[in-house]
Amino acid sequence: MACDSRNKLVYVLLVFFALALLGSALPVDAQDAAREPAYRAFPVLGSRLAVWAVAQLHLNFAAFILGCPIFAVIIEIIGWRTRDQRYDWLAHEFVKLTFAAFSTTAMLGALLLFLFVGYYPRFWAYLTSIFFPTYWVYALLFFGETFIVYLWYYGWEWLSGSRKWIHVSLGVLANLVGTAILVVANSWVTFMISPGGIDESGRLVSLWKAINNYTWMPINVHRLIANIVFGGTIAAAYAAFRFLSAETQEERARYDWMGYVGNFVAVSAFIVLPFAGYWLGREIYAFNQTMGITMMGGFMSWLWIVQAILIGILFLGSNYYLWLGMERIPGSERYRKFVPPMLLILTIGFMIWATPRTMVITFDEARAMGGTHHPVLGFFGVMSAKNTVVNLMILTTFLSYILYRRANRISTKPWVRTGMGVQWAAFAVAAVIVVFFGVYGYFVDSLTRIGFSVWQVLAVLTCIVIVMAIDIPMFRGARSTGTIRWGTIATRSQYVLILLAVTFTWLMGLMGFARSGIRQHWHVYGVLRDTSVDAVTPALGYAANVITIVTIVFFALVTFIFWLGGLGERGGPKGHAPAPVIAGGSDSSEGATSQARPQGATAPSEASPRIDCAGKAGARKS
Amino acid sequence: MSFLRSRFVQAALILVLSAVILRFGIRPPAPWSVFTLYMAVVFLAVLIFVSSDSDSWRGFIRPIRSTLVDPDQRVLRSALVVVIPLLLGYYAYTQAAAKPQAPAELRAVHPAPPDTIQFRGKQINISGAENPLRKDQASRQKHVAAGAALYIRNCVYCHGDNLDGQGHFARGFNPPPANFQDPGTIAMLQEAYLFWRIAKGGPGLPRESTPWNSVMPSWEDRLTEEQIWQVIMYLYDATGQQPRRWETAH
Repeated sequence: MACDSRNKLVYVLLVFFALALLGSALPVDAQDAAREPAYRAFPVLGSRLAVWAVAQLHLNFAAFILGCPIFAVIIEIIGWRTRDQRYDWLAHEFVKLTFAAFSTTAMLGALLLFLFVGYYPRFWAYLTSIFFPTYWVYALLFFGETFIVYLWYYGWEWLSGSRKWIHVSLGVLANLVGTAILVVANSWVTFMISPGGIDESGRLVSLWKAINNYTWMPINVHRLIANIVFGGTIAAAYAAFRFLSAETQEERARYDWMGYVGNFVAVSAFIVLPFAGYWLGREIYAFNQTMGITMMGGFMSWLWIVQAILIGILFLGSNYYLWLGMERIPGSERYRKFVPPMLLILTIGFMIWATPRTMVITFDEARAMGGTHHPVLGFFGVMSAKNTVVNLMILTTFLSYILYRRANRISTKPWVRTGMGVQWAAFAVAAVIVVFFGVYGYFVDSLTRIGFSVWQVLAVLTCIVIVMAIDIPMFRGARSTGTIRWGTIATRSQYVLILLAVTFTWLMGLMGFARSGIRQHWHVYGVLRDTSVDAVTPALGYAANVITIVTIVFFALVTFIFWLGGLGERGGPKGHAPAPVIAGGSDSSEGATSQARPQGATAPSEASPRIDCAGKAGARKS
Repeated sequence: MSFLRSRFVQAALILVLSAVILRFGIRPPAPWSVFTLYMAVVFLAVLIFVSSDSDSWRGFIRPIRSTLVDPDQRVLRSALVVVIPLLLGYYAYTQAAAKPQAPAELRAVHPAPPDTIQFRGKQINISGAENPLRKDQASRQKHVAAGAALYIRNCVYCHGDNLDGQGHFARGFNPPPANFQDPGTIAMLQEAYLFWRIAKGGPGLPRESTPWNSVMPSWEDRLTEEQIWQVIMYLYDATGQQPRRWETAH
């Protein structure tokens, strides 16, 4: 017993000394923490540039792996419901790309975290004091996403047939979890722009209010849509690369189709992206006028001219691709006359959108103009004009798509004249509404004018809904003028797809700079000041150089990763169903111009080329 | 007129006509920076126009190819080898040669205002502030009249009696004084923004986008707080513009 008591005493003393040591050590730790520098310097590049480059790269990859599965699962569902193997193949191709980029995204995310912890310790400590509970949620979601995407990709064959619904559910789940990851990370970023849920000293009062700050939901919506656009453009660029390096006509046809679908997805989402961006801009203004003016009228105002040029290129490029694509559709010749007027609208819209409010002028030019604002062109520099032309450009792009869609089809419905009349009327009414509010906007106060943009957007969206609601039944069972000759599109169209991907990546970098730069010398706006040596907002030229280098690095990494992903296809059995052969894609049908179908035959739609699995019936010639 | 059917000729005509219209059809002339931007867009559009289908593209490049490789085009080819470098050289010279005027400047539209300012030792909120004189509607005309008198006494020399930035001294300044009649100036701003600009003038402009080169004086030493609000009321009343309201979104 005595021995036991002695042992107990020893244990108690050990525990006591351990606690005493811990107790004495804690203040030491606290002092160490206090002595912890607010910043450390990243060698050569500097901390800000290092964080900027890695954050942008991480964002690019993350946007791709979150955006691509959204349309991949939709395509898989189409294939599942229609029992059409080619859609299943396409969905698998898209997920394969996602899968290849998944680990790089995670590694870049980890690297970004290390950079924050190592080089911005005080800032990171503050952000942790606000958002620590969400870190756990984020980690759990990421684990969940990883396992689900792995299962989705590797279980493609295993969960086919009668178990396909489980596989599709995995795809849907992957997207839900992916979107949840996005909104959690967005809460941290948006808190830095428009902090909420804290008291005067910056201490947390309400975690939910910190998450649900002014810009959180607009950025959630904006990024979700932008991710789809980005995923579509990157997938289309990948298809273009494969098209250009294809050695057989089958391969060209397959990747021509894939590029078309990728671009279709990107353009469809791109049409609504400006509206989401406009909402975000309004919320920034509503949160803080200074920040809003810095962004739109202050030193970042010229950034929007650069943005207008980039978006103008996206609009022109997307339409150009569709017009080039019409060449492979027999019967599309009757719509070629619409190209010059559509191009004219897009060109004038581009010019007006890119017109700066305050121009780069010499003293003589300023004298001739009677001020810094041009008395005529100055009217194009304000939002009334820009909102008007962007809506007209969206309508024009939609018209391009409608013409492409019906290029090889002639409706046999008795009400076709009425239907088309209503469609043209919808276009005309939408255009009139857009122009009316654009002009009227010059005669009302600012807030009323801003409210007009909602009516302009509604007019365009209503037109799109009405036209599609008529178009789908009107061309169901339509007479065909020939099958789409996939793979015969002009080679330059593929460079356009690559251009669109590069332009959109660059645009994302630019907008990331804008979103971050409007905080100026604040880590968390108005709460945590940036006292580092980098507490200056870089000039637009410097930012452009950084964005360009990051874009080049991104595409180099993407090319390498996709090349790695493609290694598995070489010289071995495929892990998935054999690649399909697409109509017009057979070598033997090369140059075939006699593909016109008999009168009265039902045409395949533009997004549903005839296709067989190579392992089944081989290539079918039309 | 069969040569007009050539895509190459059509493209060249579109470019030339666009240049003529944009250079001489807009009065006063568009600044060179805007003209070059427009022409770049037109050039891009023309390239799309000629290449949006294969027949058109072949038609466009046929004369170019012919000029470059056909033996019977040797004279034209030789002439182009001389003329094109000369034109490029002349363009480079016009861009690089020193001119007796300051180079073109890129300016921000509106500097971002601070959230608060110190006015004669008193802190005034700029963010969210309204013109306090507008609460008293009965005295509105009195304040506008007082603002008009202040404007005539202090501001008209630069901003002009029509409030269009064409005052007596205006031609001596670069950048010229603000034109309040322009819907892109005070109509886009809250009254608090104007208060800040009048009170602090050119010296109080933020460091961002410097140099501002503004000759606008700082009026806080000469005008009282109420007088500045009165001038602001007059500016909106005389131009018929409405001040921008604060947004209450979210």
